[in-house]
Amino acid sequence: MTQTFTLDGKTVPFEDGQTIMQAATKAGVFIPHLCYHPEFKPHGSCKLCTVKVNGRQTASCTMRAMPGMVVESDTEEINAERRALTQMLFVEGNHFCPSCEKSGNCQLQATAYHLGMMSPHFDHFFPNRAVDASHPEVLLDFNRCILCSLCVRASRDVDGKNVFALSGRGIKTHLIVNAKSGRLGDTDFTLADKAAQVCPVGVILVKRKGFSVPIGERTYDKAPIAATVEGR
Amino acid sequence: MTYNLETAQHPERLRRVAIDPVSRVEGHGKVTILLDEQNKVHQVRLHIVEFRGFEKFIQGRPYWEVPVMVQRLCGICPVSHHLAASKALDVIVGAKRLTPAAEKLRRLMHYGQMLQSHALHFFHLCSPDLLFGFDSDVTKRNIVGVAMEHPETAKRGVLLRKFGQEVIRVTAGKRVHGTGAVPGGVNKSLTIAERDELLKDIYHIVQWSRDAVHLIQKVHTQDPGLYNSFGIFRSNFMSIVGHNGDLDFYHGTLRARDENGKMIFDHVDYQQYDQYIEEEVRSWSYMKFPFFKSIGKEHGWYKVGPLARVQNCDQISTPFAEHERKEFVDYAGGTPMHAPLAYHWTRMIEMLHAAEVIKDLLHDDDLLSDNLMVEGERQMEGVGVIEAPRGTLFHHYRVDENDLITMANLIVSTTNNNQAMNEAVRHVARRYLHGREVTEGLLNHIEVAIRAFDPCLSCATHALGKMPLAVELVDPEGLVVHSLSRA
Repeated sequence: MTQTFTLDGKTVPFEDGQTIMQAATKAGVFIPHLCYHPEFKPHGSCKLCTVKVNGRQTASCTMRAMPGMVVESDTEEINAERRALTQMLFVEGNHFCPSCEKSGNCQLQATAYHLGMMSPHFDHFFPNRAVDASHPEVLLDFNRCILCSLCVRASRDVDGKNVFALSGRGIKTHLIVNAKSGRLGDTDFTLADKAAQVCPVGVILVKRKGFSVPIGERTYDKAPIAATVEGR
Repeated sequence: MTYNLETAQHPERLRRVAIDPVSRVEGHGKVTILLDEQNKVHQVRLHIVEFRGFEKFIQGRPYWEVPVMVQRLCGICPVSHHLAASKALDVIVGAKRLTPAAEKLRRLMHYGQMLQSHALHFFHLCSPDLLFGFDSDVTKRNIVGVAMEHPETAKRGVLLRKFGQEVIRVTAGKRVHGTGAVPGGVNKSLTIAERDELLKDIYHIVQWSRDAVHLIQKVHTQDPGLYNSFGIFRSNFMSIVGHNGDLDFYHGTLRARDENGKMIFDHVDYQQYDQYIEEEVRSWSYMKFPFFKSIGKEHGWYKVGPLARVQNCDQISTPFAEHERKEFVDYAGGTPMHAPLAYHWTRMIEMLHAAEVIKDLLHDDDLLSDNLMVEGERQMEGVGVIEAPRGTLFHHYRVDENDLITMANLIVSTTNNNQAMNEAVRHVARRYLHGREVTEGLLNHIEVAIRAFDPCLSCATHALGKMPLAVELVDPEGLVVHSLSRA
């Protein structure tokens, strides 16, 4: 017999071992997220996929589905918290959508639209972060990093290279390149790596290709992020 | 060609009148006038009071980002910056010649912009002065007043601009701040539906543009005493001209003439612009003062924009605009016209030319082609020049081996007109304000002179760290106790 739980009043079936996020995605229900990727082990760090399970908050990407759970996701209260988290991500980095080549293909931007974010609300940190252009094919723009760690997981778990890591603690956490010089050009990173394909924002960019897709044909021009369910 | 009235000898004993902000122009500027007790004018300055600094903060950014980033300089003619930067970066990526489709699509985008910007300036910003009078009732002297008294004129102004914006939308993806041009070409062509939608309206756009030329021609020729002399000063002038000396807003070589129309230089490849043009900084403005090196800064300044372009070219390639150019040249009597108010007349001739070029391009099937990109041998440095609505626009970049910008120099259209605008307002101040009681209507005369140039003040100020700075410590009696300066 199929096991089910309810998500915003809708009955959602699941299989043993599935998380709330996996079951919801399979059922066609979008839960906002940034650090979750269906091909990787959940990380549970961005907290955007937070839902209420039987009245208590938890990350839906790490919480196993259980029979009879009552899950709330698309509520005014939870979306307001998601919006605040998104605003914090915007002000912690330098996210200048007007001149960012990831605009229209960016999960952070699309999520902000989805959540109705109209302004950054908080004071900008305006951190001073250098660009790493040392690699012949790939540019790293650390200004836009949201510390989702997808590149870290992809490089370590799929590519077997460990090119990226998160360093520092708390608000000082930042993305680093695992080379003595700290430069991507001094690693064995290649464009074919899985880590080159997973960045949800505009940090890991293929050089000399920016803005080659016209407005109207970019991922989230065609459909808003919620319509893609998996969000990518 | 003098700097009379730029700096009063004894400013401390004079009364200061400020027009702050100058209204119905793009961006933020102010005019300060120093008057003595008899209201005699001793100093007039047009100050640009906002600071942008794009030249500095694009350093360290990847070059392909630049055409999209620098267009944020402006919300009125962003396409000019978008295309000037793209042209400079075409040189960087070794795209010596674009595909026919890419060049025509960029040209279409640019001429759409010329149409919308010129329409905005003439109908929205200046028609209140021209239709009602410079010192008419200030409560009516605006676009709402025009809409009440001349509804058909106001409506055409709105629809002409709208059409230009639609041309930009289909070529760049958005009406304002699109992404159409990329180094080496463009990222989209037109669909048949987009082209046909524009074709539906283009014929009456051409006709309305002809009517606009006739309107300003009538206004100008009916009052030659005012229109031929208001704010007049004589100067050199410069623009790019296309091959055969055609009026060309998108591409060509640099040509400059002196105040009598005699050639100063011609057929100059703009990659070498810095051998011909230099910029001076002055302590009281964020905007630089360019001049021709061969003549020097005292007499080498010049004007750009429609009045320069229409008189600098040998002919216009489209028939209606060429007819109107000849009418204008005949009226000027075979010598260059220097009256600032003649900018309006020439601006409408250019709008007509833009409409005619758009019409011709819309019948060209290259606009539907998918052959959009080229590349070649990578270069480290490139210059892009375009004729923006307000005049010649220079973008100059150096890019390192890692694809990051290391140097940027922008000489923006309005910057080229800096000295010229100052001369015009000083002339008007001498003629209309000197010895009189200052009124709102008289002060508007100053603004009318500035508006004639259609300045975009927000585009023009980027000289970070180059400003000559002087600090003076003055005691209560006005004596300078100590001073420091950075030349």
